[in-house]
Amino acid sequence: MTPPTSTFVVTPGGASVGGSQSARPGSEPRRRPRSTEPRLGRLVVRSMVVIYLGLFIALPVGAVVRMGFRKGLSAFGAAIVNPDTLSALGLTVQTSLAMALINAVMGTWIAYVLARVPFPGRRLVNALIDLPFAIPTLVTGVMLVVLFGPQSGVGIWFDGHHLRLMYARPGIVLALLFVTLPFVVRAVQPLLLDLDTGQEEAAAILGASPWRIFRQIILPSLWPGIRTGTLLSFSRALGEFGSIVIVSGNIPRRTLTAAVLIYGEIESGHPEAAAAVSTLLLALAFTLIVVVESFHRKAQAGHGIA
Amino acid sequence: MSIEARGLSKRFGTFQAVKDVSFTVQTGEVTALLGPSGSGKSSVLRLIAGLELPDVGQILIDGEDSTWSSAERRGVGFVFQHYALFRHMTVAENIAFGLDVRKVPAPQVKERVTELLELVQLAGYAGRFPNQLSGGQRQRVALARALAPKPKVLLLDEPFGALDANVRAELRAWLRRLQDEVHMTTLLVTHDQEEAMELADRVVVMNKGAVEQAGAPSEIYDAPATPFVASFIGASNRLEGRISAGRTEVEGCDVDWRGALGAGGQGARDGTTDATIEAFVRPHEIEIRRERGTEGPSIPAAVVRATRLGWQVKIELALPTGRTLTVHQDKEAVDALGIKAGQRVFITLRGAKIFARDIAATASPAAAQLS
Amino acid sequence: MASPSGSVAGSGGGSIVVVWSATDSGAIPTSAPPRLLAPSERPSPRPRAGARTWQRWVGRAFVLGVPLAYLAVLLVGPLLAVVAGAFADGAGAFLGAVTSRWALHGFAMTALMSGVAIVFNTVFGVAIAWTICRDRFPGRAALGGLVDLPFAVSPVVVGLMAMLLFGRQGWFGPALAARGIRVLFAWPAMALVTTFVSLPCVVREVTPVLEAIGVNEEEAARTLGASRAQTFWRVVLPNIRWGILYGIALTAARTLGEFGGVLLVSGGLAGKTETATLVIYRHLEERQDQAAQAIAVVLAMASILLLLAMELLKTKRDRDLDSAGRTR
Repeated sequence: MTPPTSTFVVTPGGASVGGSQSARPGSEPRRRPRSTEPRLGRLVVRSMVVIYLGLFIALPVGAVVRMGFRKGLSAFGAAIVNPDTLSALGLTVQTSLAMALINAVMGTWIAYVLARVPFPGRRLVNALIDLPFAIPTLVTGVMLVVLFGPQSGVGIWFDGHHLRLMYARPGIVLALLFVTLPFVVRAVQPLLLDLDTGQEEAAAILGASPWRIFRQIILPSLWPGIRTGTLLSFSRALGEFGSIVIVSGNIPRRTLTAAVLIYGEIESGHPEAAAAVSTLLLALAFTLIVVVESFHRKAQAGHGIA
Repeated sequence: MSIEARGLSKRFGTFQAVKDVSFTVQTGEVTALLGPSGSGKSSVLRLIAGLELPDVGQILIDGEDSTWSSAERRGVGFVFQHYALFRHMTVAENIAFGLDVRKVPAPQVKERVTELLELVQLAGYAGRFPNQLSGGQRQRVALARALAPKPKVLLLDEPFGALDANVRAELRAWLRRLQDEVHMTTLLVTHDQEEAMELADRVVVMNKGAVEQAGAPSEIYDAPATPFVASFIGASNRLEGRISAGRTEVEGCDVDWRGALGAGGQGARDGTTDATIEAFVRPHEIEIRRERGTEGPSIPAAVVRATRLGWQVKIELALPTGRTLTVHQDKEAVDALGIKAGQRVFITLRGAKIFARDIAATASPAAAQLS
Repeated sequence: MASPSGSVAGSGGGSIVVVWSATDSGAIPTSAPPRLLAPSERPSPRPRAGARTWQRWVGRAFVLGVPLAYLAVLLVGPLLAVVAGAFADGAGAFLGAVTSRWALHGFAMTALMSGVAIVFNTVFGVAIAWTICRDRFPGRAALGGLVDLPFAVSPVVVGLMAMLLFGRQGWFGPALAARGIRVLFAWPAMALVTTFVSLPCVVREVTPVLEAIGVNEEEAARTLGASRAQTFWRVVLPNIRWGILYGIALTAARTLGEFGGVLLVSGGLAGKTETATLVIYRHLEERQDQAAQAIAVVLAMASILLLLAMELLKTKRDRDLDSAGRTR
């Protein structure tokens, strides 16, 4: 048997170095320079990002926070801890929460029906879901008042039963439901479409009722979408203004939400108070975004992406 | 237009993907980087293309130091495993891309595109889009695209990996014919041994980021330099044993390597070597006898199963130590022996590749050259 | 019937395959041929239970009906109601309201604001999406969350931000006023507010497409000698165009309806700094409900048209995402 053309050494460690050529003497291994990618292009793009972040996001947020604390920490506290503001904040959170819960249920229900129950006009309904994304919030308020307000047939019917829809809390929840309708539906739909119907079919063959199939097989896979959609709709609802200002009547301590309160404070020349409440809302919104992002990232890692 | 890699190393995060890799591709030759997944071969290719930059080392393309030049300027042609055709451009526009970028005048571009379409046997497909082509056709377009700007060298990253087996075989043969015509310096990355053996003039075997052996395909097969190469290339049975104080035992049996095996076993003859050995024997290098052989060491074994595979018979044997061996013999020989399951036989090893490790310090040179 | 070659084609339903393997004894295994079942052995058909199917129908009607009713009441109802209200005084009054000088000025202003926002967001949006997907620098992960921030901020807070930065006592206000540049209570502030609230639109739609498409085509372009700029224009841009267009449609929809922010910074000069939404609001305050509803209907119709465009673009973009997934 002819030996290989190169000599080789069997080392105790078991590894062998084979190779027809090794580094020639005199050529030292060289470390690479900092960056050899085209400089200018990168610089331009990165500076755009910095401008974007700095100028458009950091600066405005900074201005608001600074104004909130301009008259000191105690003033900041006083602007928040007073009956009007607290009730406005409480109302905002309450209505947003109520809306989020209803949305979680109805949004999932709608997504399920769109994905699993064939009916004529399904595509149209699916397209309709995005309507709240397109329609101006102000127009939403106007529409709701026209349909449910005291002058309309519906409103009169409600009045007869001593129920107030518009210019009352239920109206606020209704407006929020409209505005955030797509959030849960669109978060749950892709998960539904990705599901393997084989599991559902297997359960059906084993005798499970549709409700049981939904509860034990479908629902568990949908939780991430429901969670994301609900959080997003809650976050969106906290700051909603255009529809609320029309629909709620803006009665202080009754139907005055945080966003409308801020508006009022600005118009009446109290920018510090407005900024204080705004800072609170910003902090809340930002926290919610971080939470949603971390869920998103965990989900991606679970799927082996990113 | 040669390629030379010198001492390339590259780390991704904490993972050392390439460890001190050096080799040469001669002008007009096809060299294959062969190895299992994770061996670093694709990383090496990308370093040569300029899609990644090495931490340490040098790359010379056609004698010029291209180590730090960006991919755009290296003048290499690259073919990706998943084609990477520009989905929104036609076949003709894809092929013309490299020329358009260099502002080659339109009539010349057209001429070259037509020429290349003929070369890859896709004349008439100029106006099609990639999603209208089959996998094999897409890869041919990718090749034409890479060749259009007359690159100095051609780099192929598992070019047939995404294709069906029969398309793969077809394209392999076609690429060989193309290479005979064009004589492009080519570096091919693959994990398919057959492909490497069929297409390449030289093979560089890689494992865990380092080069195990480089040589002609026949060399790699007949004279593996490391245990990895011996086990990776072609089918092999792996046996273990020890040399101590002049006695050699393999799989529990005393053997005397002298003369009985193809391997020299000089170290064993020395009598002062103490080592653990691995022996690799090809399935057709094992001789089976009904009685203990007289010409040299015979190892007893039991027949587990004999299966007909066409004109060959695959015999599975169990050694006393429990290790199983696979032997290929032709049908006539097996019939003559009358092999049946459960029988006791004796085997002789012809042509083992032996590798020693854990060699204890002895008077004789530690470099036990066993070939 | 077993044939010598060793495979069996069965009668009736499926085919039965017998595989022969050589064993030591050389014996050939056989299996008994199938026999037809006698009528008494056949499984009985499922009983057609009348009560069960009726129950199922009611169940299905409920499951389908409730969400549809919900959507009808929440979405469709109000839309129809406002259209009815807008035409309550007849088509003439409707036309008069939507072609009044206030209305026309409002539409023009809205279009201008949208235009500015679209241009800015497209350029910066693509740059941001590119950086998120392709550039590797520390803090890249935080960038994603920060990009979404404008969506979560209340419009009135955005208006407050603009006032604080450009107002008379604002950070930039005095400096700009000294140069005679009027930002607040003029269209520039409104444009800034409108742009801010729609900042994420393009980025969020381009990023997934960039991710899905992957770097392979770009690397191929580089090996063919294309510079970064050439690679971007000729390879990347065509691949993400539907994502960009969808993002633009989203921007248009969002900016069309911007209200809270512009309400604060516009100064309310009728005929000068009013967007369509502000015109609607003023009409409401002046108890001109029908006029308000008429303009609202126009905005709603425009939104619906945008929605249709978005659906079309979404399909095209999803097709791109799909095919990207397949070729990787």
